[in-house]
Amino acid sequence: MIEFQGLSKAFGGKHVLAGLTLAVQDGETMVIIGYSGTGKSVALKHIVGLLQPDAGDVVVDGRAVSTLERAALNALRQDIGYVFQFAALFDSMTVTDNVALGLRRRQLSDEEIDERVAEALAVVDLTGAGDQYPAELSGGMRKRVGIARAIALRPRYILYDEPTTGLDPVTSAVIDRLIVRTRERFGVTAVVVTHDMRSAYTVGDRIAMLYEGRIRQVGTVAEVQATEDPVVRQFIEGRPT
Amino acid sequence: MIERIGRKVVSLIEAAGRWGHFMADMARAVPDVATWGQFVFVQMRRIGVDSLPVAMFIAGFTGVILAMQASYTFKGTVPLYFVGTLVGKSMMLELGPMLVGLALAGRVGASMAAELGTMKVTEQVDALETLAYDPQSFLVVPRVIAGTTMFPLVVALSIGIGIGTGWITSLGFLHLSTPEFVKGLKLFYVFKDTWFGLLKSASFGFAITMVACVVGLSTRGGAEGVGRSTTQAQVYAAVLILMLDAFWAATLLR
Repeated sequence: MIEFQGLSKAFGGKHVLAGLTLAVQDGETMVIIGYSGTGKSVALKHIVGLLQPDAGDVVVDGRAVSTLERAALNALRQDIGYVFQFAALFDSMTVTDNVALGLRRRQLSDEEIDERVAEALAVVDLTGAGDQYPAELSGGMRKRVGIARAIALRPRYILYDEPTTGLDPVTSAVIDRLIVRTRERFGVTAVVVTHDMRSAYTVGDRIAMLYEGRIRQVGTVAEVQATEDPVVRQFIEGRPT
Repeated sequence: MIERIGRKVVSLIEAAGRWGHFMADMARAVPDVATWGQFVFVQMRRIGVDSLPVAMFIAGFTGVILAMQASYTFKGTVPLYFVGTLVGKSMMLELGPMLVGLALAGRVGASMAAELGTMKVTEQVDALETLAYDPQSFLVVPRVIAGTTMFPLVVALSIGIGIGTGWITSLGFLHLSTPEFVKGLKLFYVFKDTWFGLLKSASFGFAITMVACVVGLSTRGGAEGVGRSTTQAQVYAAVLILMLDAFWAATLLR
């Protein structure tokens, strides 16, 4: 389980997160929605210790992330796959090497690494693209490689940072289907950060809206769709003020 | 005024703290040989072998110019075989390490800062961390080791080329014979001339790669930030080279 416990973070005096509290249950896909710049990605980065909180903490399976020493933090990170907004693939490596990189850290045999890479690329329908470099791929393909890199680790958790941002509707739907397929096939717990409501409704078990540094509302997809909270309604309907 | 000075002092202390922290992180990453060991030879090729043409070009012309200027200065007052002395001493003690160092601060330092800066702003460095790699082991240590070990080799070759072109110039334009040039070359030579230049080059290699890594990995703000880091790395490295040059002269040549 992932728990945000009163998480606060400011950058240069601007309070991005102000006591964020939220629990993500094992096996569920939690979608965090909110306006651009409201700290959704910042919250995600605290889960893997890429940022240190000013107050509060994120607790993953009973481990308070900000208190972990490097070795313990690395052990935690091996349980978590992270899909970055723009994939964050390594330009100098082929698709295969990108997917295999995290596995090489785990002292697996070459055969097992090859097997897992092939499996992950098959899941994202990129079998045969292993020798290509990131610069040769489309935006959607890059995101799929990012997902393959995460699922190859067979993590307990996968964090998706804006997985459909910048993609056309059809490619977005492909990514959404992939997120759902990944959960069904590997049973992972997922946190998806997005402001794409169609994607949120497709992949989410529950949706939480982040507003002014805190959770404004959390509930099932049906509950959020039926909300009477004016702030949440305005956001999910995409109405300008 | 006092407030401005205070802010400057605080920012200098912060910068020193960041450097100290970075150095400590790097030292902590050194035992992780399994990670950095696989990249160190690639970096040695990029920093060392790929820099050879630029270094050779600079050293070659420096040797020619030194010989011509020495002959111009000595003509009629000092025996011309001293051209060999001046070419040898200047190349070994100063011009070889310094000119190659400054040139490579641009070629190696700027490109390294740009590469790391791009990795930083495109979240590739964060991605490394989430894959349980230490960016210091993966990115910094192999570059700094490669820089520190390859710079002396590049400079040694450059010194050889510079002396070689100085010798050819002496034969072709100054009507010196080879024995005369060699006599001048050996005249005041001590072994310290050799190791002093190479030690200095190693310190330049360390400084250039460290600056590039610190500046590159501190990049913020997209393409503009990468551009800023590239320029900063080159300028800081050049300043550091001059300071180190003065430091080594003051401590070892007194």
